[in-house]
Amino acid sequence: MGVLWFLVLAIACSIPLSYVFRAAMAQVLPHDMAIAARDMPLTAAFGILVIAVYIFIATFAPLLAPYAERTVVGTSFQPWDSTHLLGTDRLGRDMLSRLIYGARNTVGIAFATTALAFVVGSLLGIWAALRGGWLDQGLSRFVDALMAIPSLIFSLLLLTIFGTSVLTLILVIAAVDATRVYRIARSVAQGVVVMDYIEAARLRGEGNWYLIRREILPNALAPLVAEFGLRFCFVFLTISSLSFLGLGIQPPMADWGSMVRDNATLITFGDVTPLLPAGAIALLTVAVNFVVDWQLYRASGLKEQG
Amino acid sequence: MMADLLLTIKDLKIEGRAGEDWLPIIKGVDLTLHRGEVLGLIGESGAGKSTLGLAAMGFARDGCRISGGEIVFDGIDLRKASERKKRGLRGRRIAYVAQSAAASFNPAHKLIDQYAEVPVLDGKSRKTTQAEAVTLYRKMQLPAPEEIGFRYPHQVSGGQLQRAMTAMAMANHPDLIIFDEPTTALDVTTQIEVLAAIRDIVREYNTAAIYITHDLAVVAQMADRIKILLRGEQVEEADTRTMLAAPKADYTKSLWAVRSFTRPELPHASTAPLVSVQNVTAGYGKLDILRDVSFDIHAGRTVAVVGESGSGKSTVARVITGLLPPRAGQVVYEGQPLPPDYRARSREQLRQCQMIYQMADTALNPKLSLREIIGRPAQMCLGLKGRALQERVRDLLALIELEPDKYIDRLPGELSGGQKQRIGIARALAAEPKLIICDEVTSALDQIVQEGILKLLDRLQREFELAYMFITHDLATVKAIADDVVVMQHGRIIEQGPKARVFSPPHEPYTELLLSSVPHMDPDWLTTLLTARA
Repeated sequence: MGVLWFLVLAIACSIPLSYVFRAAMAQVLPHDMAIAARDMPLTAAFGILVIAVYIFIATFAPLLAPYAERTVVGTSFQPWDSTHLLGTDRLGRDMLSRLIYGARNTVGIAFATTALAFVVGSLLGIWAALRGGWLDQGLSRFVDALMAIPSLIFSLLLLTIFGTSVLTLILVIAAVDATRVYRIARSVAQGVVVMDYIEAARLRGEGNWYLIRREILPNALAPLVAEFGLRFCFVFLTISSLSFLGLGIQPPMADWGSMVRDNATLITFGDVTPLLPAGAIALLTVAVNFVVDWQLYRASGLKEQG
Repeated sequence: MMADLLLTIKDLKIEGRAGEDWLPIIKGVDLTLHRGEVLGLIGESGAGKSTLGLAAMGFARDGCRISGGEIVFDGIDLRKASERKKRGLRGRRIAYVAQSAAASFNPAHKLIDQYAEVPVLDGKSRKTTQAEAVTLYRKMQLPAPEEIGFRYPHQVSGGQLQRAMTAMAMANHPDLIIFDEPTTALDVTTQIEVLAAIRDIVREYNTAAIYITHDLAVVAQMADRIKILLRGEQVEEADTRTMLAAPKADYTKSLWAVRSFTRPELPHASTAPLVSVQNVTAGYGKLDILRDVSFDIHAGRTVAVVGESGSGKSTVARVITGLLPPRAGQVVYEGQPLPPDYRARSREQLRQCQMIYQMADTALNPKLSLREIIGRPAQMCLGLKGRALQERVRDLLALIELEPDKYIDRLPGELSGGQKQRIGIARALAAEPKLIICDEVTSALDQIVQEGILKLLDRLQREFELAYMFITHDLATVKAIADDVVVMQHGRIIEQGPKARVFSPPHEPYTELLLSSVPHMDPDWLTTLLTARA
């Protein structure tokens, strides 16, 4: 019952909080963005607020965390008290500190991965749409082949082959996700390359790089940004599930996925502590999706005029 | 004509949503229509013609609302009527024929099934409905009326589709039909067939109609009365003949005067041609679109290429620009053959030939500012940088009569249709070309705006010794601006030569057909022409 009341209370608090945050953004931001901020739905304001808090925590983790990430500071599975606000984990490390450092590792790696997947996927996708012909066919069939393999199993396979450092983790997940981005970027760009302004640019002898960067990308950005948000959530969940399976971020680094696994035994005792990292994942996923929904709505052009 | 009143609109106000605010679209318009009467509604785009037409059905588009006034159709107040009641009227007593029949038909169903939808819903048997459809198809002078209904929309031509749509609107013998630019998207030769069919059937069934168009000559053939709209307000209303003979308002007079733009014809060129298209045969896949096409373009002169859609006009432009390498023949520029593929041409060769497109909306990148749209070709082709580049952009804006300070940082979405087309011209000029290919540049614009663009092109031609290749199906434009004319049909050149020779008798039969199909401002023109052709 306590958990339920806590949830109701949290939602009740988040509504006025988002409201105040939106009003504050409309005041502080420069004119164009302020108008966008004023018109955005409350859910989007909430999403941005949550993301901002996560970024803040991830950036200032060493300052915010009461204890170090990897030191054992107490006995295992201590309950919540004043020295260890959220208790300790299986090895006696401070749960709150690990949660805070986990934000840095999990969110940071997910962001780097998604960014890499997007740079590679969207550039290749637009390039394929622009050039067409055998290049398009070759790349697209290759991507189809990659996409035919279930992504989690494919990542597991690659990680077993190449080892489980943070760098390989980023590269492997980025490679798998870039295929999805490629397909979206290609189909959006195919709609743009048939425009007369692309023909005009080609006829004055513009190179592929200019065409991609200045003529196509700005017109394909809205759907790609929306996809970025969604993809970020997927990557985030993939990393967590890989960590849960033991192939993701390796101990003793704190990350939310493995934190759930490590402390899972506590759940049987009716303690919610192991679910907190899962809750952190869920909250960020929901927040990102709120922002994405808003972006999609804007991209659909319904709100852009005026 | 003073039969009983069918439709009365009084002090109608319609607003459109713009962000948080509502902006007026129709600002208090009155309209009356009697049974069997045809009212022509004229105005530029954005004047509120279509909005008014839809309002006659008690309908407002998404994002619009009817905010004042009354609409009474045959004693029924459409503003107070329930949605259910209005739905009962629409398609039965009031019908609507849209501009693009191709977009308004469902491509997945046969024409006759779409025709039968409403009548069958009303309890008529399928068989009688189909028989009626065939009768109407015959009255609309559709070829093979018994069979054409069993085709899908993509299997008939645009003109036939437009007539099938009119037949569909007539299915329930409505009291009122609203025609929203039904022939604007059609060629002149097809337009005549559709106009004649519409006029006859409306008369035969004594149907009242509101005919919306921006083409005065067309409305003169169709309407008993003409009403002129400007920015949501009525300017003038009178009988067709009175209106044509003695327009009162200044705005109306300016509409009438537009077609008067002409320019002195240049003496025949004796110099070597700038561009020479020699025996070009080209096409896509196995199909030849162009067959053995040859003509010359001289510096400082305008060659108009005319023909119906599908005649290969635009394909010629694609061959000259190098987008479509020809199968046979070549394009010679100042005595030198150009590489067939644009990718093999040098920057200098590319610079010499620029294009202006029909749809300014798709020709300008909506995400780039005018500074970059115009600046980029100048930077690419002339190697200008920094201050010199900025100066050049400002000069070009001034040249196309747009105030540099006000416009330089705008996006294309913040411009009107005519201004966008001017930007298209500036972008072409930025590279300092010798030849500009204008692909239907005025056909998407209103007549007043068209005239402005033509005057601008004419001035620029004299200033910079430009050669134009002017692709168009609008013979009025050709008469206004061309020096030489090339008439094309089915990918072949039917006739070519100086304008005076091509446009004076004796004509080739096809040229004759094209010329005689251009509507005149005379209300009897269609009747006279049809009698003469029969």
